[in-house]
Amino acid sequence: MLLWTAIHGSHGIAAAIPREPIAVQIAAGAGVSVFLFRRFLTFLGTLVGASVVVFLVLEVLPGDPALIMLGTEAQADTLAALRKKLGLERPPLERYFDWIGGLVTGSLGMSHTYSVPVANLILERLQVTVPLAAMAITLSTALALALGLYAAARHNRPGDYGVMAFAQLGIAIPGFWFAILLVLLFAVVLGWFSAGGFPGWGDGFWPGFKSLILPASALALAQAAILSRVTRSSVLEVMREDYVRTARAKGLTRRRTLIRHVLRNALIPVVTIMGLQLSNLLTGTIIIESVFHLPGLGRLVFQAISQRDLPVVKDVVVLFAAMVVAINFLVDMLYAAIDPRLRLHDD
Amino acid sequence: MTTSGGWLARALRSGNFLIGAALSGTLALTALVSLFWTPKSATAISIPHRLTQPSGEFPLGTDHFGRDVLSMLMVGAQNSILVGVVAVGIGATLGIALGALASARRGWVEEVVMRLTDFSFAFPAILSAIMLTAILGPGTVNSIIAIGIFNIPLFARVTRGSANAIWAREFILAARAAGKGAFRITLEHVLPNIASVLIVQATIQFALAILAEAGLSYLGLGTQPPQPSWGRMLNEAQTMMFLAPRLAVFPGIAIALAVLGLNLLGDGLRDLFDPKLARKR
Repeated sequence: MLLWTAIHGSHGIAAAIPREPIAVQIAAGAGVSVFLFRRFLTFLGTLVGASVVVFLVLEVLPGDPALIMLGTEAQADTLAALRKKLGLERPPLERYFDWIGGLVTGSLGMSHTYSVPVANLILERLQVTVPLAAMAITLSTALALALGLYAAARHNRPGDYGVMAFAQLGIAIPGFWFAILLVLLFAVVLGWFSAGGFPGWGDGFWPGFKSLILPASALALAQAAILSRVTRSSVLEVMREDYVRTARAKGLTRRRTLIRHVLRNALIPVVTIMGLQLSNLLTGTIIIESVFHLPGLGRLVFQAISQRDLPVVKDVVVLFAAMVVAINFLVDMLYAAIDPRLRLHDD
Repeated sequence: MTTSGGWLARALRSGNFLIGAALSGTLALTALVSLFWTPKSATAISIPHRLTQPSGEFPLGTDHFGRDVLSMLMVGAQNSILVGVVAVGIGATLGIALGALASARRGWVEEVVMRLTDFSFAFPAILSAIMLTAILGPGTVNSIIAIGIFNIPLFARVTRGSANAIWAREFILAARAAGKGAFRITLEHVLPNIASVLIVQATIQFALAILAEAGLSYLGLGTQPPQPSWGRMLNEAQTMMFLAPRLAVFPGIAIALAVLGLNLLGDGLRDLFDPKLARKR
């Protein structure tokens, strides 16, 4: 909903922060701690709920996970051995608490296919996924701020329409198709980049960085499109505020007004949406890493499915879910920190 | 109040609405026609015709199995619409019911529903799809369920938010005074008044569902062979990229046009339903 209002023009999110009398500020202070506490409880509850769902779906619902992993043609003694190895003979509740305990202390299960601890696999794969996501968010933010500001400055003129058309297209084009087109142009036709793969960070920074440029661009497209719309509508809204007119009236130049008054206030919804987008970006890596054959977290979980490696699927899915929940929680906190009016009524 | 004539006149002047309606109409029509007729069979393999360039016989050429790309694209439209309609249908039905319930009952019911939606945001469509395919295997039905589940909280939130605003209005008070119960008020007054918001939301979600389905099929988690789907056509095209790069272009254009059309239609409808907002932007 937040995303919706921010993209499609909201009412006053980006308005100036009002100066309240001291008494009101104190009352607001009490509200803040209640707000923070409630949000934190919700955050913990959501984490627990998500882990319960993952556990139910992947371990309890299928009846016999060992049968799923080995297939119906598996020998009875192989099945029995795997059940014993996974500890499936113990009651589900006990297994759940064991699993959660492992997640908290960092000792996850063993991968069935690779016969290595899942924790090692995840740590190794994060070295690809985290830089990839960071590059994508940097690129999309830079592009979106530039385009959004430009469009707002050229409101209702060709430049504005151009940016809006880019945004519509960027949202409509599937990231993985854009990725394929990038490979087609830069790897097949021009030969500037390789079509996929990751050399690792062992040979220095540049080879690894270079292999992530195309994937990060593909991930960034949709985010940049959405964020540029948010930036534009947010800047336009702030430019209509009285204090902007006052700033102009007291003799500030257009550029100074834009930088000192408009941009700062307009960034509030932009930062929020950026945070919300992060969770889309994270799950986007699952597809993009497959396009470029990058050995990241997304590719790990995807391969684990085809290999029916349920311990890996379970741990990586719960990690993704936890990251999404944590990001949403942090965005809530950030939002409340930026705009105090939102702390008092909890939507 | 606007008359229906005024609505139509504004619709015909709205570029977003017209382009969106034209693209979405083409998508629907293509899917409909492909039920009865395609230029060639979309599934028949013909090795002598493999990787044919576009020609009079094969307007968009053939793939590595000699299948006609145009016919595959046409049948693929069916698949996208099927997934979109059913997944958004599931999400809208359950989500609107939950949201309306939360808004009508308030108190702990609302709290429970809202916390449930919070919590399902932890599972973006692709994550639920991955869990479902891990235990049930890949397939169209599983991707529909995954995308549908993802849609429920979105609709629940939008419904509850808009319905709460309606419940505060005076005509609701009048309806209560007339002795109507919460269920009747919801059906007769609340839902008709928020229908426009929900229609716009459904259009946008439809577009997102098409994107999600394409992504899942690309990964091989969605629609399975031999049923043609745009996402899987792109996956197969990627392996042929050095031999026939054009194969990687057409399905992507189809997806982008379908999504663009639905998004523009959603934007156009919102402007038409809420002229104040349209002027403001």
